[in-house]
Amino acid sequence: MTLPINREETKLRRFFLRFFASSRLNSRPFLWLFPLGFIGLFFFYPLSRILTYSFDLSVLTPENLRLTSSVLLFTLYQAFLSTLLTLIAGLPAAYLFARFDFPGKALLRALTAVPFMLPTVVVAAGFNALLGPRGWLNLGLMNVFGLEVPLIQFVGTLGAILLAHIFYNTTIVIRVVGSALSQLDPRLEGAARTLGANSRRAWWHVTLPLLRPSLLAAGLLVFLFDFTSFGVILLLGGPGFATLEVETYIQALQMLNLPLAGLLSAVQLLCTLFFSVLYTRVVAKTHVQASPRAAQYNICRARVWREKVFVAGLGFLLITFFVLPMLALPLRSVSRLEAARGQRTDVQYGLTTDYYSELFVNRRGSLFYVPPIQAALNSLGYAGLTVLFSLLMGFPAASALARPGKLERWLDPLLVLPLGASAVTLGLGFIISFNRPPLRLLASPWLIPLAHTMVALPFVIRTLQPALASIPERLRDAASALGASPFRAWLTVDWPIIWRASLAAVTFAFTVSLGEFGATALLTRPEYPTIPIAIYRFLSQPGGLNYGQAMAMASMLMVLATVGILLIERLRLPGAREF
Amino acid sequence: MLELIDIHKTYEGKPLLSGVSFSVEAGETVCLLGASGSGKSTLLRIIAGLESPESGQVLWDGADLVSVPVHQRNFGLVFQDYALFPHLTVAENVAFGLKMQNLPQDEIKLRVTGLLEQVNLSGFANRHVTDLSGGEQQRVALARALAPRPRLLMFDEPLGALDRALKDHLLEELRNILHGSEVPAIYVTHDQEEAFAIADRIVLLHDGQIVQAGSPAEVFARPASVWVANFLGLGNVIEGKWLGGERVETSLGVLGVDWGTEASRGESVALLIRPECVKLTEDGTGLKGRVADVLFQKNGFRVTLESGLYFYAPTPPQVGTELSFTLEAECLG
Repeated sequence: MTLPINREETKLRRFFLRFFASSRLNSRPFLWLFPLGFIGLFFFYPLSRILTYSFDLSVLTPENLRLTSSVLLFTLYQAFLSTLLTLIAGLPAAYLFARFDFPGKALLRALTAVPFMLPTVVVAAGFNALLGPRGWLNLGLMNVFGLEVPLIQFVGTLGAILLAHIFYNTTIVIRVVGSALSQLDPRLEGAARTLGANSRRAWWHVTLPLLRPSLLAAGLLVFLFDFTSFGVILLLGGPGFATLEVETYIQALQMLNLPLAGLLSAVQLLCTLFFSVLYTRVVAKTHVQASPRAAQYNICRARVWREKVFVAGLGFLLITFFVLPMLALPLRSVSRLEAARGQRTDVQYGLTTDYYSELFVNRRGSLFYVPPIQAALNSLGYAGLTVLFSLLMGFPAASALARPGKLERWLDPLLVLPLGASAVTLGLGFIISFNRPPLRLLASPWLIPLAHTMVALPFVIRTLQPALASIPERLRDAASALGASPFRAWLTVDWPIIWRASLAAVTFAFTVSLGEFGATALLTRPEYPTIPIAIYRFLSQPGGLNYGQAMAMASMLMVLATVGILLIERLRLPGAREF
Repeated sequence: MLELIDIHKTYEGKPLLSGVSFSVEAGETVCLLGASGSGKSTLLRIIAGLESPESGQVLWDGADLVSVPVHQRNFGLVFQDYALFPHLTVAENVAFGLKMQNLPQDEIKLRVTGLLEQVNLSGFANRHVTDLSGGEQQRVALARALAPRPRLLMFDEPLGALDRALKDHLLEELRNILHGSEVPAIYVTHDQEEAFAIADRIVLLHDGQIVQAGSPAEVFARPASVWVANFLGLGNVIEGKWLGGERVETSLGVLGVDWGTEASRGESVALLIRPECVKLTEDGTGLKGRVADVLFQKNGFRVTLESGLYFYAPTPPQVGTELSFTLEAECLG
């Protein structure tokens, strides 16, 4: 009676033994063949289609070239300006975090990091709720001064784009430059001072030159993000401001001029590639910095009044800048602040849950064929599939890369290359590539999760890989030598590390998918909107109810994304590289 | 020239320096000797102006330095691990202080060349400091500190990271440079051999307080406390009871003490028995003790008796044999 069960058990045991033993011999083709095929089909193939599309001579008309070059110029211009301002904003903040200890420091640091991963639609909605025509500031001013039109023109200006870009990317400067600053030997400045340099000259001749590589790296990274920015510009810039990304989107979806979209996309791709290579080379240089010191040594509380004013003042500014937009959004989503038409002072105030309950109603003539809340369900479904796909692809790829052989070292950049490509380009590539048999996927509900997987996969691989690589082989051997079965060894050594990284990767993929806007904007079908798409449609429609529903949905997305981001922060491997 | 009066400093509530006072005269090399954590480096940083004391005064020729910022004090400081500017060449490092004085290019060049000659680094001007060996970096740091012709030179464990042979060699060079100039110097170290080799005067720091100050010979001959004797490793320190008439009762027996402060009868005292004061007797007279351990060291065989007493012998006795010996003890204040 017991015999068959035992046999089953040994079979199972043998399977496990073989499985866990195989996880040690990693340089096996089957590990990376599958993910590589996936990336080949859903990344390199669409990209090559875009390139062949745009190298058609009939596309290169003078008119198209003129449009492309003017769009490229504006893209470079706004990215340059945004980067400059971000550096100016981030440098004092980096100094604050690297050199001073103050109450609430960890919290403030986390606050500045949250925007970096927030969905663009949420950020756009947040700034809209604060500074937009129906935002707190304008409504307040209209009420106080009895105006009929908003006083502050924010949405649709270059200023809005720049501000949102600063909001997004300041954390990069804080982290990259800040970590260089905190590793800088403080005695170097001391040495300069004893040699007769006042603090200004010590900074100029010693600290700044030593920070230059990290400033350059941070600047390039910020520039790359600003250059490929899509949602912020579409949502806050409005029709007046077209970057390569936005123009690609407009040409593809509104003008139905796919060849021109392809050309714009190709230009975008080449630029991104150029800046990425530049960035990689700069980063390679920053790592040969001399004499890194324990960061702890530098940090102290503000002592003289000048330092105290600096810490308190900058801390207050940072809180204001990073919290206000994110606070304005949920508050606005539960507030009725509508001035009835024609009656300038008669503003209806009050708390309301109307905007939320309206999400569940399927109105005739509404923006969707379904109740808006359906978008949330769609998003959750897509996010689940994205998690599934990216783990399926990410795990074998990451374990192959964790203990690299010759081949894997060469494959590594291939697997993470999609990191540099923009989502809009990816979306366009999908449109061009999968619109005919045998890959007629455009109408398939799988397309969006596949695109999201492509966006999330490099992050997932980069999250799993260091964790898998950090598993100490000798510890596993030690466990075996002490009598642990392979499974017990795996359970005690590998599992605690793996589950943490997996949870981080899952959260990452989930959060990315929930907020993804660029590729989705190109690929979505009217009857299957996602949350970001719904927010975008609500925002671009007139009327207080639409606006309120945008706020309500954006608030929900904000909460989900923030929870995800904080979870990832908690799960991050100590000492893992950030970018 | 330099005078410190009653310096106090705490770090996160713990006292780091509590009431340190000493002075440095022209041409003199004072060595601050103490274990790590004794507050030596903090004291240097206070003198340099990189940190300020919570109370107390730093005077230069009688004038208070409290309102003089670091860069106007003109005190040279050689840091532990040197703190050379990694983005500059050897010559640029040495020239830094001269550039801060806004000297003309020609003069800077001339003086840098001279300084590099002085520290035997003539061919190294355009090398990157990150490519240099520890000893070479140390010389660059010295040349850089000397360049602005400081009123006072300070060294914070300057030879800490180097091996013994190189240390001795550099110490010799450093002493020649210091003794050849009238510039007073403060040298901080935890290594007593370094301290005894270079100092005109030694200031011993323990727990943020000065426990003894004096010439190396004085400190060696007359350790002021049990702690000093132990820190300098001068010999066996044993507790005893003063019986009067220069006799002390100890665990080894009643010992005669030839020098000491007068104490009242019955009072506890500590005795220092230097290993060289333990003399073996052939005829079995004197004190007796059984050998517990024998260890080969460079100055002979270190013999430890069961009572804990140790001394050096030219030939190793068998463990377990009984030896007889006489000894001279000194009384510690």
